[in-house]
Amino acid sequence: MAEEKKVNKAKKLPRHPMPEQDAKVRAHNFEEVPFGYSNETAMLEASRCLRCKKPKCIEGCPVNVKIPEFIGLIADGDFLKAAHKLKETNALPAVCGRVCPQESQCEALCVLTKKGESVAIGRLERFAADYERAQGKIELPEVKPATGKKVAVIGGGPAGLTVAGDLIKLGHQVTIFEALHKTGGVLVYGIPEFRLPKAIVQAEVDYLKALGVEVVESYVVGQIETVDELLERFDACFIGTGAGLPVFMNIEGENLNGVYSANEYLTRSNLMKAYLFPEYDTPIVKGGRVATFGGGNVAMDSSRTALRLGAEKSYIIYRRSMDEMPARDEEIHHAGEEGVEFLLLANPERLIGDEKGWLTGVECIKMELGEPDESGRRRPVAIEGSEFVVEVDTVVVAIGNGPNPLVPSTTPDLKTNRWGNIDADPETGATNMPGVYAGGDIVTGAATVIQAMGAGKIAAVAMHEYLSEK
Amino acid sequence: MNRIVAKEEFSQNPSVKMMQIEAPRIARKAKGGQFIVFRLNETGERVPLTVADTDPEKGLVTIIFQEVGKSTMALGKLEVGDCLADFIGPLGQPTHMGDFGTVLCVAGGIGIAPTHNIVKALKANGNKVISILGARTKDLLFWEDKMRDLSDELYVCTDDGSYGIHGLVTKVEQELLEKNRETGEIGLVIGIGPPIMMKFVCKTSEPFGIETLVSLPTIMVDATGMCGACRVTVGGETKFVCVDGPEFDGHKVDFDEMLKRQGIYLEQEKVAVERYQHGDTCGCCDECGGDK
Repeated sequence: MAEEKKVNKAKKLPRHPMPEQDAKVRAHNFEEVPFGYSNETAMLEASRCLRCKKPKCIEGCPVNVKIPEFIGLIADGDFLKAAHKLKETNALPAVCGRVCPQESQCEALCVLTKKGESVAIGRLERFAADYERAQGKIELPEVKPATGKKVAVIGGGPAGLTVAGDLIKLGHQVTIFEALHKTGGVLVYGIPEFRLPKAIVQAEVDYLKALGVEVVESYVVGQIETVDELLERFDACFIGTGAGLPVFMNIEGENLNGVYSANEYLTRSNLMKAYLFPEYDTPIVKGGRVATFGGGNVAMDSSRTALRLGAEKSYIIYRRSMDEMPARDEEIHHAGEEGVEFLLLANPERLIGDEKGWLTGVECIKMELGEPDESGRRRPVAIEGSEFVVEVDTVVVAIGNGPNPLVPSTTPDLKTNRWGNIDADPETGATNMPGVYAGGDIVTGAATVIQAMGAGKIAAVAMHEYLSEK
Repeated sequence: MNRIVAKEEFSQNPSVKMMQIEAPRIARKAKGGQFIVFRLNETGERVPLTVADTDPEKGLVTIIFQEVGKSTMALGKLEVGDCLADFIGPLGQPTHMGDFGTVLCVAGGIGIAPTHNIVKALKANGNKVISILGARTKDLLFWEDKMRDLSDELYVCTDDGSYGIHGLVTKVEQELLEKNRETGEIGLVIGIGPPIMMKFVCKTSEPFGIETLVSLPTIMVDATGMCGACRVTVGGETKFVCVDGPEFDGHKVDFDEMLKRQGIYLEQEKVAVERYQHGDTCGCCDECGGDK
């Protein structure tokens, strides 16, 4: 009965929207889209939480953030404590508050969704983490006494950062080896500034460094040192090298000038800051008419980046309909608001170029939806004779990524599956090699930041156990 | 880290320079045919360069570069004692090594640098090496002595006849391969230099049916297989130069496509060079004196 009353109260108080840059303005700059909650709005939103005795939301979180507890602290106005509570289980709350698909995880299980809208868990997470950073009072948690055990983390992306954070707190000595010149993996090369400011990623990496994690950048494991060689000077290894191998369509004309993989397009823009060329040295083709192939978050990021680089037209070409699009609703919504045009039920068949090797157009064929396939989504079927050409000067192929082969191919004993993903126990992250663990996209194939972090958490527990027994 | 310990200017027009970089781990690990990526500073781009030589004991890696764009010009301005922000490697696959009998190495211009490191490895593996060095003119030729010391036979060509044989490297290649019809000792040709030269080295060797390797200088970003900027078509298949290469069977490489892809950023490169040489101007009238 009391529960019912609280639900009614929460229903009366609607979920608070987050103020954001006007779509027309933000489509031409790289600044972050939402501004975040004010203190007052955050407290009001937090007051909507029912503090359920058996909170379902936690079950939806791959790293089991103590959601009602941190939200309760926000409601009480104790924002710093809320941030500390978050960090007990999540090493990257400012990142997760921005890029997690909360609507299909914690928020999907919130009791309030049954009668209205869920508590804005993601926005509150972001708020607390941002508050702490803005205060400049980053509290370091207690680190257990040194165990003398050394761990190598290969790949400084979400999985690796999580493993490093968890193991350093348990007293192990941790070194992250990052191939690129900046640590963060997809958080720095893939996700654009307007969705995840790089200063935030840097702050999270700095936090780990403050905890004692050693970070070695520009160090390509597999080439400069193999996993087997690392095992001679480390007690255990975690491989979190990600899904860094772009998949192309394998259609005619894909090597024309102006055709990019999403990885290249986004890496040039994000990691190398090509949007600031010539202040920064790395160039990028600033297309006038850009088509992005694919319907995931990476495709949304690419098409929105194209607008910000000055494209007059930015299309998403996707072979199914809006309903099947794997991107988050919020991303699709933001892209549409900013002026991205969706060419749905269309499949690129051929890329057309001029005699100098530059792209001039893409020939597509119209599709219709047939019976559901093994993914449960209705299978798109080509409509014969329905070919049409879209004039474009830039194409971004965002149809997925395979596992990066650099580490598996130089670790002969390491077991991989037929797609090249590392075989790792989902319960522990253990591979077939003693002391070698793996997690994130290199194991599962391209997934989300938080799933990689979840895998990192699981592996850290198992690695701690392994190191303690060793 | 990544400190320049030696620098030498090989020629002025165009400017070709040699640098030795302190990078002990790379010096120990890099094999013939592999490359490094350097980044000058925080705003710099990632530029691949094939390793010219290594000294594992002193921990030094030698690079040789021609100043063609802003990054190589700025690199050329650095002096002994300066450091590079990043010096990453070794990258790519080493040259496949074995006993090939006699290997004919055709090196043009700046291509002499990577060829040197490969010839070193070939000799260590017991091969006989015949080298052909080519340059536009005598002043642009470098490391003739080092290459002569390593090679069993050495020919030098200049386009303008200012030194050695007057003519292109392919002329000598053709003659040697004709002669080889009788002896059949040459089991492999390696051609490294400007793309056009490599294309014709391959055209020359093709009728003789001798395997020919080329090292492709494509545009790269991460150089670890992640972005695909460096993709080339080899035997009808798309390959990534950074992880599958940089060396490929030259008879199967689509050089025309590669040459077109090399030109993607020509316009931006011009802007960058202009800005580097004349300051931050808009480049439209030159009247502001570099203020705008």
